[in-house]
Amino acid sequence: MIRVNMLLLLIAVFCALGAVTSQHKARKLFQGLEAEQERSRQLEVEFGQLQLELSTWATSPRIEKIARERLKMRVPETGKVINVAPEGAAR
Amino acid sequence: MMNFKGARAHKFAESPVLKLRLPAWRSRLMGLLIVGGFALLIGRSFYLQVLNNEFLQEKGESRYKRELEISASRGRIADRNGDVLAISTPMKSVWALPAEARLTPQQTQQLAALLEMDAKELARRLASDKSFVFLKRQLPPEIGDRIAALKLPGVGLDKEYRRYYPTGEMTAHVVGFTGVDDKGLEGVELAFQPQLLGHPGSRSVIKDRRGQIVEDVGSIRPPQDGKDIRLALDSKIQYLAYSHLKQAVSDHKAKAGGAVVLDAKSGEVLALVNWPTYNPNNRERLTGAQLRNRALTDTYEPGSVLKPFTIALALEAGKVRFDTVINCAPGKLTIGTATISDAHPHGALTVAQVIQKSSNVGTAKIAATLQPQQMWEMFDAVGLGQPPHLGFPGEVGGRLRPWKSWRPIEQATMSYGHGLSVSLIQLARAYTVFAREGDIIPLSLTRVDGDPIGATPVFSQQTAREVRAMLELAVQPGGTAPRAQIPGYRVAGKTGTAYKIEGGQYVKKYVASFVGFAPASDPRLVVAVMIDEPGGAAHYGGDVAGPIFATVMSGALRTLGVPPDAPVRMAESHAARKEAL
Repeated sequence: MIRVNMLLLLIAVFCALGAVTSQHKARKLFQGLEAEQERSRQLEVEFGQLQLELSTWATSPRIEKIARERLKMRVPETGKVINVAPEGAAR
Repeated sequence: MMNFKGARAHKFAESPVLKLRLPAWRSRLMGLLIVGGFALLIGRSFYLQVLNNEFLQEKGESRYKRELEISASRGRIADRNGDVLAISTPMKSVWALPAEARLTPQQTQQLAALLEMDAKELARRLASDKSFVFLKRQLPPEIGDRIAALKLPGVGLDKEYRRYYPTGEMTAHVVGFTGVDDKGLEGVELAFQPQLLGHPGSRSVIKDRRGQIVEDVGSIRPPQDGKDIRLALDSKIQYLAYSHLKQAVSDHKAKAGGAVVLDAKSGEVLALVNWPTYNPNNRERLTGAQLRNRALTDTYEPGSVLKPFTIALALEAGKVRFDTVINCAPGKLTIGTATISDAHPHGALTVAQVIQKSSNVGTAKIAATLQPQQMWEMFDAVGLGQPPHLGFPGEVGGRLRPWKSWRPIEQATMSYGHGLSVSLIQLARAYTVFAREGDIIPLSLTRVDGDPIGATPVFSQQTAREVRAMLELAVQPGGTAPRAQIPGYRVAGKTGTAYKIEGGQYVKKYVASFVGFAPASDPRLVVAVMIDEPGGAAHYGGDVAGPIFATVMSGALRTLGVPPDAPVRMAESHAARKEAL
């Protein structure tokens, strides 16, 4: 009888330890998940900021200013524009 | 228990003196009291743990359970190509609890430097007797992190969103702006507020001693980010229209101006600009004049740009043909007590020439063959007198009086665009009738995929084509707006030079406008331009608004890759020159 009891006690102790470790592992994993989710939120915010930056750099007034001032480009005069019919279009 | 053997004989540890003769009820009473005490304790714990357990559970949970809000961001607004026009990005706001914020002078200095504030001002705010003060709102997140790293007592940070408009004043009137708490106040931000608004979610978690989240408890309510709005706007075309309008307003010393570009095939609003405008990112000094979205909220008497509608109605009703001759001499027409006159007197003109030369007399004579009710129904069908239903805040319908109250002179003036008022966008939309095959479609601020729904026929295909041909004459030499021509494309359009009304009287101030479409062989775009009170030497629609139309239209056609439809004269001559060399 006592041996059966000892065996049961041992099993109970093992189960308890198992429960503790698995809980610990679960929390570790959960923290990992939490950290990754936080990172994904951060990246999303960063994406938004980069998008904002992109569209601020790419505004038409800025492009025109650079084209005119730094690259010395200008709109061709009307007389210098040659219109060509698209390929395959009926004349 | 003691074993009493006899009354007389007693052990060392026993003494008869110590023997108590207590009444039996006392021990029973004690037993009863103890049992009663236990019963009380059990009862109380039963009450606390089973019957009324909420209070303690709540207390317990408050030690480790936290309700977290998951913030949701407002939707983005983008143009048709996906370029961002409005976007929210998280910022930090710094607050302090003055009662708890006891900072050393050195800490105050550090904080003031990060906040870009005067240290004395900061100290004054921290000494305030309010329980909560904002030190600074909408700080960049990097600075927020540095403030958090200082770990100052009684100073905290909150996350909040700030809306940015990268395209600034160029799209200010269309996109609008939001107030501090993410509420749309103008433009698309207001019109699409329900869709744009995000709904924050929440989750309850268990936190450990170090403040780390250990476990989720209960259900998570996921946050719903606001929906992104894809506008029909094309920011390239918008910029073209914006820069040329701005230039023209300053060249002609005008008070204001507006331009609208529509896609005639889909009814999409590709560009909508007004001048003066404002920068939505910095709205410190805003005036009503800057805020007004003139193209939608201001109505004016359009003048001659309405003539094609009268002519189209007469063609449709079979009253005239395109080559019917109308005698417009001597450039004056008296109806009742009023006299209508032409800017330049003409002799006999065909109906097509009436449009080409923009003769008021000719148009009034043609209108005299029509019934007021007929005209009213046509004006109503092309959308005059009713708001364009774009969902925009403040859009107006203009004035179109019921036909029963029209006097003959009014019918005559209305035929050439006086005595009724429209907004620029209404005018642009009305012209889609000629740009399409005589039907009108609803306008859309957002992208339309597939065919537009709800096209209503107004004129027959034949009439639309004839009027289109007449409108092509108007921009050719001999017409009113030769400066609206675009090399490579066939253009059709009509000028308008209308007197303004001030206090019920016509005054010597003008609204110069031009509405047209191209390519005339298969119209793709409708462009309407309006210049309010040009103060320079020129005030005619053809001279003031025509050139803006031409530059905006040619740029827009090129941007959209619409093939040229004019005879390719120049390319051939160029090729010939090459061969000759």
